[in-house]
Amino acid sequence: MKKIKLSRQSRSDLITYGIILLLSLVLFFVGQSSYQLKGLLVPVCAQIILAVSLNLTVGILGELSLGHAGFMCIGTFVGASFSIYMEQFIHIPALRFFLALLVGALSAGIMGFLIGLPVLRLKGDYLAIVTLAFGEIIKNLINMVYLGYDGNGLHFSMNDTASLGLAEDGVVIIKGPQGVTGTPADSNFGIGVLLVLLTVFIVLNLVHSRDGRAIMAIRDNEIAAESVGIHITKYKLMAFTISAALAGLAGSFYAHNYNNIKASTNNFGYNMSIMILVFVVLGGIGSIRGSVIAATVLYMLPEILRFMSQYRMLVYAIVLIVMMLFTWSPKAQAWKAVQLARCKKKLQPLTDKFRKKSSDELKKEGE
Amino acid sequence: MRFLSYLISGISLGSVYAIIALGYTMVYGIAKMLNFAHGDVIMVGGFSAFTIISMLGYPPALGVLAAIVICTALGVIIEKVAYRPLRNASSSLAVLITAIGVSYLLQNLALLIFGSSTKSFESVVNIPPLKLADGQVNITGETIVTILACIVVMVMLTLFINRTKAGQAMLAVSEDKGAAQLMGINVNGTIALTFAIGSALAAVAGVLLCSAYPTLSPTTGAMPGIKAFVAAVFGGIGSIPGALIGGLLLGVIETLGKAYISSQLSDVIVFGILIVVLVVKPTGILGRKIQEKV
Repeated sequence: MKKIKLSRQSRSDLITYGIILLLSLVLFFVGQSSYQLKGLLVPVCAQIILAVSLNLTVGILGELSLGHAGFMCIGTFVGASFSIYMEQFIHIPALRFFLALLVGALSAGIMGFLIGLPVLRLKGDYLAIVTLAFGEIIKNLINMVYLGYDGNGLHFSMNDTASLGLAEDGVVIIKGPQGVTGTPADSNFGIGVLLVLLTVFIVLNLVHSRDGRAIMAIRDNEIAAESVGIHITKYKLMAFTISAALAGLAGSFYAHNYNNIKASTNNFGYNMSIMILVFVVLGGIGSIRGSVIAATVLYMLPEILRFMSQYRMLVYAIVLIVMMLFTWSPKAQAWKAVQLARCKKKLQPLTDKFRKKSSDELKKEGE
Repeated sequence: MRFLSYLISGISLGSVYAIIALGYTMVYGIAKMLNFAHGDVIMVGGFSAFTIISMLGYPPALGVLAAIVICTALGVIIEKVAYRPLRNASSSLAVLITAIGVSYLLQNLALLIFGSSTKSFESVVNIPPLKLADGQVNITGETIVTILACIVVMVMLTLFINRTKAGQAMLAVSEDKGAAQLMGINVNGTIALTFAIGSALAAVAGVLLCSAYPTLSPTTGAMPGIKAFVAAVFGGIGSIPGALIGGLLLGVIETLGKAYISSQLSDVIVFGILIVVLVVKPTGILGRKIQEKV
């Protein structure tokens, strides 16, 4: 039988997909153990998609975005509204759900493009604070939106339910701060795993492509990248838009798990954006596999370790600081290099022996 | 008349923003980092004063003093433990994420110690309100003290930077760290001093903010902190008069926007200004343009 030879890259990708399948299998069995844990299975998939998509901005593009929850928020509300409105026209739930996911991702992607156009000219701290500002603006605006429909079509208002001017049979979809109510429960864990695989597939393929290499070149040195003819704005926008669209996908998927969703600080505001950032940082900035694992473990752990819930955020904060200090401080890097060298030195006799053995074998074969 | 009272309360809010923005701007100018935890130092200042005055029953002056001392110490400790090791890190993202971590840490510590319920803060100001134009314009004592405090802080800071050796050292370090070190300036000490001053100002701002809007919770500092950063960017980051102008403008715009447009939209307006400023003139009103060298 002919052996299939895989490049190192595709082998690494296959390992990533394998890890996802394994994790979902574990999650499936964990989910059987209690009702609470079962309820976490859909949100955890959304969290993984969010972490992977944020990693595209932070790890691959190298820009800090603090408004990721804002894009999720758009996906959630657009996707949910679409499903509720379309329930009267499309009677196949699977098709409706598929379209809702698509619409959620598209709307967030368009928003990401529009925001990215002016904002991506900024760098570092400024970009971080502007994305944070956009996230808050989106959340605040969505808290003011009133949307309903009746026989005449959709009605929209920024004031209150009464000003929608709905007919007798009208239905209110989004009720300002009370959020969106009546989303059909289409999400389930199986679709979640599929979406996670799709997200990882998109991101990994982007990273391996010519475009992905251009994006990483911009991350490593913008001026150098520009001087070899890489269109900076185009590639930055590409990464940012894809990242936003995937966040919208996660949002739309997340929405179809709950009958009612409100846009509060904890689920769509600053805190959520930071949570996703913690997943990305702990999993390893730039490592897709790491984001998947970190999001799963960190999202499930608090539920399993209920008694610690008070200290959860505190522990996250400390871990975040220690992690950054340990990975990025020049002193810690030097210390790690010394330890690595010492380790190598200790293993030297072993590797020597191994090398000698293999060279002996080679000689024997030669004879 | 109504407009006048809105304007005055806007200037008062703007004065608080200006004091906070000073801390941001000084730290940004010297350490070239966005201190995300600055807003939470404000909250720590508020809680320190609250503990001393309302829980232990000491006089307000002592509470303010204690808040300043605690915040100064906190600022220096944060700089030493979390930021200094990363000053020469290869990625600028590292120190930014660490700052976010510190901000989160302070918020959650406060949450554990004081709980999530909102505390009512006793005003430290004991001045009767000023009534102008037959009582149509009412200026509270807090407003007067806030505006006065802002003026005093500005004057003192300007004198400190232009007239003292330590102030000159700060300017030198913000201009060129390496050259400053060669001139015999203690760079680490100067940066620590900047953090100390910035945090002391944050404590003052915290007490003033909590006196004017008498509520206190672990997230009290987050929003004013971000808005003060907007003010600092608006005025031109790194510039001290810029922080004053940006802070005052932002406070007035926010208050007028709340009064005449929509109270829900006021945050949107503030952040909208930030985005417009950054896109049109990223260096702000008084900032200098820095060319990036290859």
